Amino acid sequence: MSNYLAAKGLRSWLTTLDHKRIGLMYLFSIFVFFLLGGIFALILRLHLFGWGKDLLSADMYNQFFTFHGAIMIFLVIIPGIPGALGNFILPIMLGAKDVAFPRLNLASYYIFMVGAIFAASALFLRGADGGWTFYTPYSIRTNTTVLLVLTGALIAGFSSILTALNFIISIHKLRAPGMTWDRLPLFLWALYATSIIQILATPVLAITLVLLIAERVLQIGIFDPKLGGDPILFQHFFWFYSHPAVYIMILPAMGVISEVIPVFSRKPIFGYKAIAYSSFGIALIAFIVWGHHMVVSGQSELANFLFSLLTMFVAVPTGIKVFSWVGTMYRGSIHLYAPMLYALGFLELFTIGGLTGIFLATLAIDVHMTDTYFVVAHFHYVMVGGTIMGLLAGVHYWFPKMTGRLYSERDAAISFWSILIGFNVTFFPQFILGAQGMPRRYWHYLPEYTMLNRVSTVGSWFIGFGFLYLMIYMWKAVRYGKASGSNPWSALTLEWQTSSPPPTENFEIDPVVTDWPYAYAPDNVHMAVNK
Amino acid sequence: MRHHAHHFASAEAEFEASKQGMWVFLVTEVLMFGGLLVGYGIFRNLYPEAFHEAHKHLAVSLGAINTVFLISSSVTMALAVTYTQMGKRVAASCSLIGTLTLAFSFLCVKYVEYSHKFHDGLLPAGYFTNTELKLPEAPLFFSLYFMTTGLHMLHVLIGMGLLIWILRRTWSGELSSGYCTPTELVGFYWHFVDLVWIFLFPLLYLVG
Repeated sequence: MSNYLAAKGLRSWLTTLDHKRIGLMYLFSIFVFFLLGGIFALILRLHLFGWGKDLLSADMYNQFFTFHGAIMIFLVIIPGIPGALGNFILPIMLGAKDVAFPRLNLASYYIFMVGAIFAASALFLRGADGGWTFYTPYSIRTNTTVLLVLTGALIAGFSSILTALNFIISIHKLRAPGMTWDRLPLFLWALYATSIIQILATPVLAITLVLLIAERVLQIGIFDPKLGGDPILFQHFFWFYSHPAVYIMILPAMGVISEVIPVFSRKPIFGYKAIAYSSFGIALIAFIVWGHHMVVSGQSELANFLFSLLTMFVAVPTGIKVFSWVGTMYRGSIHLYAPMLYALGFLELFTIGGLTGIFLATLAIDVHMTDTYFVVAHFHYVMVGGTIMGLLAGVHYWFPKMTGRLYSERDAAISFWSILIGFNVTFFPQFILGAQGMPRRYWHYLPEYTMLNRVSTVGSWFIGFGFLYLMIYMWKAVRYGKASGSNPWSALTLEWQTSSPPPTENFEIDPVVTDWPYAYAPDNVHMAVNK
Repeated sequence: MRHHAHHFASAEAEFEASKQGMWVFLVTEVLMFGGLLVGYGIFRNLYPEAFHEAHKHLAVSLGAINTVFLISSSVTMALAVTYTQMGKRVAASCSLIGTLTLAFSFLCVKYVEYSHKFHDGLLPAGYFTNTELKLPEAPLFFSLYFMTTGLHMLHVLIGMGLLIWILRRTWSGELSSGYCTPTELVGFYWHFVDLVWIFLFPLLYLVG
């Protein structure tokens, strides 16, 4: 039987209803947006290296960080793992032939691309500024084409909703015979929790953006203090979505890590149910902590206190996950191949990101840290250290499944260490800069911040090199890589029980599940990697 | 024609999945309108006097007629679903035409209402030119009025498009007792659109 990549030609891709092809189209598009967002970041860092010699004008600087943020959030991190890995893996992991609504799935990809084109078109017009948060009233007054970016984010949001809807129904209705809820792989539990947040939070962003667009076009005044409106209401609406959105970003990554760690530790996952249910704990708390973004916006002391307390609770389900992963590795037989390296990278960076989140949840410290580089560093540790590390772990883990080929482990390790070290060198100094009071989003800084800014910029070059190197060896692996066989990692989840690349209908014989997918034993398994 | 896609075990399973999908979609709709209603609640709470004065400029009688139109259209929609399930092609088509007619009547009344508001300068805040309403926050009421009823009207228009699509497929006999998932799902959607109006009418027209 021919595999899903057999049909050739652009048309066969653009009109496909196959979830695997749609997943790859997402992966490719998201990678292009990641490069674009990354180039903005590298130029921003370069500007901050040359104190005194200005690479960018102040206006350009504002536009660059706005595009960096908006592209990375709305076009990379939010759709990243669900759109690319989720679409590819979810149906196969379920033992299904496709997602519940394949045409809706293709539509969601096109909607995403239309949103992306809207947002990107601002680049060629008058740009956009004010940051990815679009705070009013500035976003109402600015002369830039921020309207296009807002419309782009609105449209991309619908794509996010449709993907989530498809995942929820697929998980409910398309599980293979024998796959009871307590045999559901943890990646799918994580995607399920993510989808619920997407369903409940994204519509609120949609209406917020509609109101903001109407504000600019029709002057409805709801967020405009000049017309009797309330700009703080925008912040409430925005964060009611955008705080849960950070869990939309991180939960799928946690799902990937939950798959990778037992496979490469050759041990049953520790605390299966705790990991599965804690995703829902995170999803629930996600909705009641948004006010911690607004501590200095003038909300009441009581509200500040409550939001601070509730924010601390996030540490509980998150801690359960981290300890369960560490518990899984304990006395396991650990194989340090690329997916596991990234999973360990995730653990290191996400733990730093998570713990500094507790600093920020503490009111007195938050007042000092608000709008400083400390927040920038925290956010990047969680979002890059968390989501991008998880995405890369997943891409390396499922690469043989997607392509039927192996990449070079040696090259993957070089790229990993370059990214990991570069990341820490870039962002750790930003914690110190922030604690010393350097404000974020400023075009200039005081001379005493020069040294650490230069260190940070040098770090960003290592990240850039790591990704450049990754592109090269991935391309080489796609073209010339050795055949991987169907299950190079000796993993037990269903996607590894079919050939690589899988046939169009995923399985030659419809699978039946008889056991949970984490019954690993510390055997001296031989993994078929390309050293 | 094929009654279920290859990745479902049976037509029944596919119908169940589609129905569940529609419910999830309606949840997103509730949250979207929910955001607007929260906005309404906050500003009404901030400026009760202005909202009270402003709401007197809405035509309660026209709103009430529209409420009757939409509730009746839900009845005809429910009939359309039942007739389709029973395989009564002509009765089902007539019910769908009835639903469309009521929806169109709703739009006509809305057109009359909107043109009055335009004429009186009762427009969203930035364009507000009415001189009778002196309270500075009153224009916000009309911003919310146009945003909520406008978004609702968009849903009515989309619903009418769906109804026409269903009508064509019912008339041709494609949707019948054997397969009527689209009719049932459009029915869900239409009842939701009706329900939104049931909230908007008292909040905007009646509550002073």
